[in-house]
Amino acid sequence: MKHKTFFWFILPTFLAMLIFIFLPIISVVLQSVHTPHENVLITVENCDPFGCKKVTSIDHEATKNLNQSKPLGKFVGLDIYFDRGHLAIENLKLIWENSENIFSFVQSLGDLPFYKAVFFTLTFTFTVTPIMLLLGLLIALGVNSISKKLRGIVIFVSLLPMIVTPLIGSIILFWMIDSRGIIGNLIQWLFDDPNLSLKASTTLTWIMLIVYGVWHAIPFSFIVFYAGLQTVPKDQLESAKIDGANKFEEVIYIIIPHLMPLITFVTLMQLMDNFRVFEPIVGFSAEAHATSLSWIIFNDLGGETRQLSAAATSSILTIIGVIILLSPVLLRTWKDFKFKK
Amino acid sequence: MNLIKYTFLITSFLFFLIINSFACEIKARVSVVGNEFPAIQTVGAGAKKCKGAEVKTNLTADHQKINVAGMSSEPAEYTSAIVANTSIVALLNNDLIRPLDDLIKKHGSKLKKNQLITINGKVMAVAFMANAQHLVYRKDVLEKLNISVPKTYEEMLAAAKKIRESGLAKNPVGGAYKAGWNLAQEFNNMFIGYGGKHFKGNTPEPNVNSDAGKKALNMMKSLSEYMNPDFLTHDSNATNAEFRAGNVILMNMWGSRAATLTDADGVSDAVKKGMDIAGPMTVGGGNIPASTLFWDGWTVAKKISDAEAEATFIAMMNAIDPSIIKDDKVRKQAVWLLDGYTPTDAARGVFAAAKMNTTPYPMLPYAGLMHSAIGAEIADFMQGKENAKKTLSDIEDAYRAAAKEKGFL
Repeated sequence: MKHKTFFWFILPTFLAMLIFIFLPIISVVLQSVHTPHENVLITVENCDPFGCKKVTSIDHEATKNLNQSKPLGKFVGLDIYFDRGHLAIENLKLIWENSENIFSFVQSLGDLPFYKAVFFTLTFTFTVTPIMLLLGLLIALGVNSISKKLRGIVIFVSLLPMIVTPLIGSIILFWMIDSRGIIGNLIQWLFDDPNLSLKASTTLTWIMLIVYGVWHAIPFSFIVFYAGLQTVPKDQLESAKIDGANKFEEVIYIIIPHLMPLITFVTLMQLMDNFRVFEPIVGFSAEAHATSLSWIIFNDLGGETRQLSAAATSSILTIIGVIILLSPVLLRTWKDFKFKK
Repeated sequence: MNLIKYTFLITSFLFFLIINSFACEIKARVSVVGNEFPAIQTVGAGAKKCKGAEVKTNLTADHQKINVAGMSSEPAEYTSAIVANTSIVALLNNDLIRPLDDLIKKHGSKLKKNQLITINGKVMAVAFMANAQHLVYRKDVLEKLNISVPKTYEEMLAAAKKIRESGLAKNPVGGAYKAGWNLAQEFNNMFIGYGGKHFKGNTPEPNVNSDAGKKALNMMKSLSEYMNPDFLTHDSNATNAEFRAGNVILMNMWGSRAATLTDADGVSDAVKKGMDIAGPMTVGGGNIPASTLFWDGWTVAKKISDAEAEATFIAMMNAIDPSIIKDDKVRKQAVWLLDGYTPTDAARGVFAAAKMNTTPYPMLPYAGLMHSAIGAEIADFMQGKENAKKTLSDIEDAYRAAAKEKGFL
């Protein structure tokens, strides 16, 4: 392609990326290095149905000029990145000095909101992704080998978990696993422990969230792999059969190498998806036991406090996290690409 | 046949008269955002009765997430926000609501003085109801076991022990202990009950790492041992559901929800007849109840034209016209601050709270930051992962980080 043709061809995409991806990220970066100006506080008398008293309030006249001359706020550099709500550098030092070994250090880290969220996010990502890949492949192979008449209905049923909106799905399950719900009761009966509650223990809550994550994500990998299976060359399979390969060897030596690009694709998508796990935490009301980076952003933005700078900082840290997480896969794709050239 | 026809005609004529007597004429748009509980639904519907221009309402539990954004634009999308003493702070901090003194002179003759929320001498909101958390309990169960109605949390614990031992309920205590806002609110109640002060004097410096804080946490832990093990996921809706199902015998509950508590379908007669209301409890021998007083009221946006502000004021005045409480259903929905209101049975708890000098929730610009720091940090303590001292210092650290960011420290 000529350079000029290429330029005109890519221009609309490039512009769209600039406006919808690049500029918003720049704006978030800017927000994360600024905080609101210091408030001028005054003591005033407040009266309400319960009486009058002297309280502290913000002097709007005094803060107005400052806000108008510098609407972005006060420049604080990386202060927010290093504060207790995020990387918590000072607390890290303290914990390091006070902990006897690496194990107790890691344990105390869980006390800081950012690291607590990172622990859960990473555990979730690295358990859900492989389990989901494996189960998705198994289901795809299974569906591919059943009679064509049944396939339509089986595919439809297998896709159901993905059709349900994550938030709704998790709220429904939340009530089912309640100690008085159908699943919760069943588990109590199975383990013969009437006090067993999935929602009261951190470990069980994590397992529950991971199981939910797998349940929700399987249809995606299943349908992609199923589509891929339709393109496996028949002659290769036949010659393998003639050479005496069994079903298992066929899968290992022919089907999986053939599906490799798809596996990379699904891994990439799911790593990103699972890294920003959010809805199940809200749906399961699990914030006492598990939080994620996305949940922190949501929590900072919502409610009465509206910590915009904190939310912006968490967003940037999430983006950095995604880049680190995806780099091995991206590197691999890049190498493949160069190799093919 | 004729009789029916005439009755119909006369009734519709009477209706017409009644509706006209409520007539409310406005000349500019009105748009209201607010919470969704029954009393606020009534107020929203009242504003919508005005004729002459469009009246929109957006009543949702997420109102706090949208009211600041919806009132920041020029002109503001919402001309009025219905708020409480907690949620007005965000609007005040961002300077989004206007003083109402002139409008009150012109259209507010029906307002009582205690309805006016004044800040630095200017009226910033008009309150229409009061709210507080207080004891809701099962009279039948307590009578059966010969337990007197608990007046303190210590008595509540003793009662809970007796009820559990009797086998009438496994987890007799209920509480909205869901991690986050609810849990923090319960801590605030208990902390105030033990005489704690959240801040040092009139400064934004935190002051929860104290003896009162430690006692409050320990009391909450003791109570939680008599709760459903899932308590950290139970908000007030879930706690009410447990009460309706007959699993909870004693709980600290919002007045605004107590009135309609047993109106739901499928509530057994035992629960319906046995439910009773009492005032808030004290704790640790203190005389201030371990509870907080709230008001709900409406505001008028700053960034709208004067015509819109006037229309909004007229519509909202119409919505809280004292005549609305003539309807028994409406009267029961809340403790109305309107002229001519006489408390219903359901209002006893909130009235007792006011009489016992319960502390109002502080209207401080940084109170929300403290509230969310508490909500996030206590969960570890309630699960037994940390001791009280560590949790309290964590709260102060988390609050300090947030307050520094927001320009208060």
